[in-house]
Amino acid sequence: MNFELTEEQKLIQQAARDLAEREALLDVIERDEKAEYPYKHVQRMKELGFFGMTVDPKYDGGGMDSLSYVLVLEELSKHDSSLAVILSVHNSLACWGLENFGNEYQKEKYLKPMARGEVIGAFLLSEPEAGSDATHQKTLAEDMGDHYLVNGIKNWITSASTAGYYILIAQTKPELKHKGINAFIVEKDTPGITIGPHENKMGMRSSDTHSVMFTNVKVPKENRIGEEGFGFKFAMKCLEVGRIGIAAQALGIAEGAYMRALKYAKERKAFGTEIANHQAIAFKLADMAVKIETAKLLVYKAATLKDLHQPFGLIGAMAKRYCADIAMEVTTDAVQIHGGYGYVKEYHVERLFREAKLTQIYEGTSEIQRIVISRSILNE
Amino acid sequence: MKILVCISNVPDTTTKIKFTSDGKQFDATGVQWIINPWDELALTRALELKETTGGLIENITVINVGTKDTEITIRKALSVGADHAVRIDAIPTDAYAVASEIAKYVETHPFDLILTGIESSDYNGNAVGGMLAELLNIPSVSSVSSIEINEGKLIITREIDGGKQILDVPTPLVAIVQKGIAKEPRIPSMRGIMAARTKVIEVVNPINVAPLTDYILFELPQPKGKCKMIPADQLDELIHVLHQEIKAI
Repeated sequence: MNFELTEEQKLIQQAARDLAEREALLDVIERDEKAEYPYKHVQRMKELGFFGMTVDPKYDGGGMDSLSYVLVLEELSKHDSSLAVILSVHNSLACWGLENFGNEYQKEKYLKPMARGEVIGAFLLSEPEAGSDATHQKTLAEDMGDHYLVNGIKNWITSASTAGYYILIAQTKPELKHKGINAFIVEKDTPGITIGPHENKMGMRSSDTHSVMFTNVKVPKENRIGEEGFGFKFAMKCLEVGRIGIAAQALGIAEGAYMRALKYAKERKAFGTEIANHQAIAFKLADMAVKIETAKLLVYKAATLKDLHQPFGLIGAMAKRYCADIAMEVTTDAVQIHGGYGYVKEYHVERLFREAKLTQIYEGTSEIQRIVISRSILNE
Repeated sequence: MKILVCISNVPDTTTKIKFTSDGKQFDATGVQWIINPWDELALTRALELKETTGGLIENITVINVGTKDTEITIRKALSVGADHAVRIDAIPTDAYAVASEIAKYVETHPFDLILTGIESSDYNGNAVGGMLAELLNIPSVSSVSSIEINEGKLIITREIDGGKQILDVPTPLVAIVQKGIAKEPRIPSMRGIMAARTKVIEVVNPINVAPLTDYILFELPQPKGKCKMIPADQLDELIHVLHQEIKAI
């Protein structure tokens, strides 16, 4: 077992770290407060090739491995997880899904611009009444012969207003239940699409989240991904990959909070000494460090298994569950260590604490991950 | 025009510095290495000049004297856009040894402009650039804050006391650059990292020059004195401390 990153992985990790520390960190508090989209930083991530970084170079991607990609999400999330979620949805869900299940026509037309970072991708699965239970899709995609006619509402869509292409999951044959679900590529400018107001979120406020309404939207037949009825399986496959990304994001959030708490504990004095010298604080820091190290091993293992083309679903679910939950614990402790300063914005930990909460909810709640894990281990 | 940028491999500037128990060597355990910040700015300026002078600069080479461990920093230089890299396979013992190794390579591989950072952020020797020019018998300009190219000619600006000096220097020359030469070092892109995969790092055998200096002892600076905070309204306490405790008044 080799725990050393390659020279190239270290370079990519450093590149993401530099972007986060030298650029994104400078206005992260302001963007969070105003819920402003990070246009400037998204442009920089495009220039650096983070959008589409894992796509095969024959489709204009960066050809990097999953571990490198995980390192990027982790580094960004230490300072600004809004950037990480924009990247994760684009790469893990939109690009990966299309690259693995789209046909050549679809890859040529839609994947290539996404892999070059020219067009951002979004993934439309959740609905007002279909979150964890994704089988009950109410959005209808009726087969009209030469096209599909889509009607319905999608919720909590990351990059809904800034994306150019939507990967849409919708029901075509309700009588077949989840086997009647299809996946489509829909261009955002298609007539009949209405984007709802920006959601006023607790955290990751700099990312762009909306509901999207479809009213008699015509989607060409050739834009269906895979065979008829493949949509649900497609969505689950994409989410399996997405989990690793969100786990990396949660890990980064935890690390961001930990490193700030560690620094603060060595500087702040109480009862005549630095608070790190009090066992109450030192033990907290020790537990935070253990959790982070464990989380890292899980995420890196999941990414490595994916790179080795071995089954990674179970470890990915474990990584997502564990990283999200420890991100919540570690950020809570980081706020506590900072005391009153942890409760104000300048010290970043209250923001990381708010950001951590989302990692337990989206792309499969911690409870859903436990279902995935328990079913998998019980069926072995 | 061919440009050579000398890059030194140094500990990350946030590294906590430790020495071996005999105090004679830097303890490199767990240290993260980077391109010396001044050298990185020199490389950044070289890349900017190449991009803005439409084919005038045909090649940017980076050179490093170091063991195989330094290849990650060399690879970064290639990832941000250097065309070629040379590693002289030797431990960089002192400035004279490093300058001699580089001079030997340059004798058989001529360059028009050689850039070095004004100092390295580890030992702050401030010597390689000047020694290199002397060994090659070519001009050198120190404290260079700007390099421009106008109608194929180099315009070099250096900082002097109270102002600037603009120089016309014949090539080949060594420009020893300081802060201000370029704004921010570049972050390598995925495309750049991918392109660097096919760029070869040329490994050259050293001529094994004996160093002129030897390290006797390293000492860490004394810890700063303790700071005692006295509330602004407690003047009596302040006077008591100054008078009785530290006997300053």
